[in-house]
Amino acid sequence: MNEHTHHNTQSAADTHGALHVDHHHGNGHDHGHHKETFISKYIFSMDHKTIAKQFLITGMLWAIVGGLFSVLFRLQLAYPDESFPILETFFGNWAKGGQIQPEFYYALITMHGTVLVFFVLTGGLSGTFANLLIPLQVGARDMASPFMNMLSYWFFFIASVVMFSSLFVQTGPASGGWTSYPPLSALGQASVGSKIGMDLWIVSMALFVVSSLLGGLNYIATILNMRTKGMSMTRLPLTIWALFFTAILGVLSFPVLFSGFILLLFDRHLGTSFYLSDIVVAGQVLPNEGGSAVLYQHLFWFLGHPEVYIIILPAMGLVSEVMSVNSRKPIFGYMAMVGSIFAITILAFLVWAHHMFVSGLNPFLGAFFVLLTLLIAIPSAIKVFNWITTLWRGNLRFTPGMMFSIGFVSLFISGGLTGIWLGNSTLDIHLHDTYFVIAHFHIVMGVSAFFGMFAGVYHWFPKMFGRYLNNTLGYIHFWVTLAGAYLIFWPMHYQGMAGVPRRYLDFRLWSSFNHFNDLNIFITIVSIIVFAVQLLFVFNFFYSMFKGRKVRSLNPWGSASLEWTTPINPGHGNWPGEIPEVHRWAYDYSKDGRDFIPQTEPLGPNETKH
Amino acid sequence: MSISWIVVAVILGFLIIFQIAKASEYVSILRGEEKTRKENNRINAFLLLAFLILGLIGVVWCHEALKDKVLGEAASNHGERIDSMLMITLWITGAVFVLTQVLLFWFAYKYQEKEGRKAFYYPHNNKLELIWTVIPAITLTILVGFGLYYWFQITGEAPKGAQEVEVWGKQFNWEFRYPGKDGQFGKRYYKDINEATANPLGQNWNDPANHDDIYTTGEVHVVVNKPVKFIIGAKDVIHDVGLVHFRMKMDAVPGIPTTMWFTPKFTTRQMKEKYGPDFNYEISCDQMCGKGHFSMRGVVIVETQEEYNAWIATKQPQYLAAKGGAAPAAAPAAPAAQPGGTNMKPVQSADSAAAAAQPTAMLNR
Repeated sequence: MNEHTHHNTQSAADTHGALHVDHHHGNGHDHGHHKETFISKYIFSMDHKTIAKQFLITGMLWAIVGGLFSVLFRLQLAYPDESFPILETFFGNWAKGGQIQPEFYYALITMHGTVLVFFVLTGGLSGTFANLLIPLQVGARDMASPFMNMLSYWFFFIASVVMFSSLFVQTGPASGGWTSYPPLSALGQASVGSKIGMDLWIVSMALFVVSSLLGGLNYIATILNMRTKGMSMTRLPLTIWALFFTAILGVLSFPVLFSGFILLLFDRHLGTSFYLSDIVVAGQVLPNEGGSAVLYQHLFWFLGHPEVYIIILPAMGLVSEVMSVNSRKPIFGYMAMVGSIFAITILAFLVWAHHMFVSGLNPFLGAFFVLLTLLIAIPSAIKVFNWITTLWRGNLRFTPGMMFSIGFVSLFISGGLTGIWLGNSTLDIHLHDTYFVIAHFHIVMGVSAFFGMFAGVYHWFPKMFGRYLNNTLGYIHFWVTLAGAYLIFWPMHYQGMAGVPRRYLDFRLWSSFNHFNDLNIFITIVSIIVFAVQLLFVFNFFYSMFKGRKVRSLNPWGSASLEWTTPINPGHGNWPGEIPEVHRWAYDYSKDGRDFIPQTEPLGPNETKH
Repeated sequence: MSISWIVVAVILGFLIIFQIAKASEYVSILRGEEKTRKENNRINAFLLLAFLILGLIGVVWCHEALKDKVLGEAASNHGERIDSMLMITLWITGAVFVLTQVLLFWFAYKYQEKEGRKAFYYPHNNKLELIWTVIPAITLTILVGFGLYYWFQITGEAPKGAQEVEVWGKQFNWEFRYPGKDGQFGKRYYKDINEATANPLGQNWNDPANHDDIYTTGEVHVVVNKPVKFIIGAKDVIHDVGLVHFRMKMDAVPGIPTTMWFTPKFTTRQMKEKYGPDFNYEISCDQMCGKGHFSMRGVVIVETQEEYNAWIATKQPQYLAAKGGAAPAAAPAAPAAQPGGTNMKPVQSADSAAAAAQPTAMLNR
């Protein structure tokens, strides 16, 4: 990994120096000089930083909605026989007599999943940090196509509007689970949620895929083509590597999902039989024969599994960066980290059928998916050990961003290890579609990804808004969320081992599953507290945006990477003068007795290359 | 109203926390930000260590509190295999869990920022990285090895002489078909399904193999210590035959038959003696199937061969019900069967269509 060439004798010191002199806020670069209206600056903006904020804020609003849904259905799980009249006030017939109706319950869980997986942890996470960090960290004035980038956000916005509007149609939103398996999702007779709500769901998701592709192609093009002078691929911060592979995953797998949705739409409205065969529903014999319901599952999970890496890789990248900066140490095993991300990307495409071990899949085929699935634990393990070694003999600063990074690693370990359980088809027979699965994926890609996202938000908030988030609120947010996440999801493993099925709204009918009442109440109470603390974070976010403590130094965390060489409030174009030249990797911390050496500093005469 | 009071309390709590947070920010500026930062650092380092210790205690405590609520001994041969796979995996992943969490939080505590400490510039070490590539690889090979060994035993062909039963999922209950004395299931076609003519599975009455097939709903009877093979189908949407006590699970997919087999080890009566009179081998639907999904319950009755023989002798073939012979074995919603209904049309009365759409008035309760 020492092959970086540093070909420079010509001094970039002029530009470098110039940057530090240039403290005036606002637009240094000429992009900024043409007149900007409110609309072009804040709404139809083509500045990647503004688009990043748009993604982030939209994602946060969705997170509140999705989180609120989980509070509602947790209420039902904890108190199935109690009545909450306030629910009837707000939701009318959906909560008749103050009790959540089955259709409403299933709509809630479906929307919770869809919203959090796609709109928050894909759109909100990748959309925010790919947009914010790629140009800033590779040294570009903006994305390869700022216009496409703007379209990417606005497609996301329209997808959001369509999805949100589906909450208000008379028959309710989609309610077949976030995976929307046909025939349930294909037949309006089978479920009210499969009527117009399902169409809106498909349309919204299709728009979302368009947004994701526009964004992803742009990210790839920018990373490959628009790196500043000296920024070889092996000098990129790990955030960029992670976002790069995330974009590749998305670009290659989202179209498959898209095709799956189109076929579903055909089955719904054009009388085709891609997924339908031998069906008698609600007393009606359907003519469709020869389709395969399992085909949809293959198409869905061909995205669906890479999707979890689309969610977790950016979080890994953010955590690597934040952890290195605050350990005052280089990230341990940079090339192994890149290699692991690459391995995960490849393997992500080869494991999808582990979601289908009990779908009637040929057991022989299942065996390959077991092998490939457990293989993915190896790069994951490498990453974990490398993070731990990064902490070893560091000089750790526990900023809120750093706290969330450490929390991320803890959660990723806990959730990752249970992946080894579920990836093993033998255990999956028993654990499939139980609370064990819920516990596993919420810890490993739900809460973990949120922790990565929070680490990113706390760390780069000063770059986004020129102000700090309130630290005390940050620590409260961290500790309650970490403890809460474990209190909520750890006991669910036991429910799962007891075989308690997911997507049940009432266990009173079942002698096998009805003995977890106290636990269900406990989990619900904790989740309400955790949800409230997230609102505290949202408040901190918006309050600090306008009233937070101002950032007064260019590089508040003492970070070596390029984004901190821009002015405190960079204008469109990022650097007022020339884009700085890069001479080293982004992780020269505590090297040769110096706290850190910025990427822009030329190598010393006796310095080892990195 | 209590909820509004809770909301008020929460908002007040928010305001208080916010004021404290804001005040602490001002105090920190007054005292010197660097000093406050270092103090925060110490507090959080301590909390990380405390979290590790409390967390590990919590893990043990949680285990003690919940271990008796997890299922008892597996009630099938395959269940034993799954349980031993579970224990192997638990020990391996448990060890890794403790090791890595301890290292993570201990390092975080130990290497907190200190006056005069210099971080160690340590960008990589190929030997170390090789070690933690190879060790997980070996461990996972072991897990894959055991896993696939059990997997092929569980999913392999059912032994010869296994009892065969068809299991049908529909919104929102379970139906079963036994092959009768000839040991053969008669032909069926989904377009022949008609509740009104007492033909809920679409059996073709021209096939003599159908004439002794027995149809039941809600409960399926199997024989203890005798392998049983379920041939699984679905009539409307995807369901899943979940048998927690046997540790078995298999999707029911419309148009694509699936199978599972296992050997039950204990009769229902033995289990009731062990776990109380409420015990039942329940069939839970484990694949989201619509609004009644959570109530799609069935029961497996495991009994001795004699008990089974006595029970099956009381059942009449569905053929007789469809031909208007004896009372229908099941399908109480079906009106009297029409004579000569072999060429029935796939039409149903509006009533029974509506009945089918109901969430099946809480089965078996």
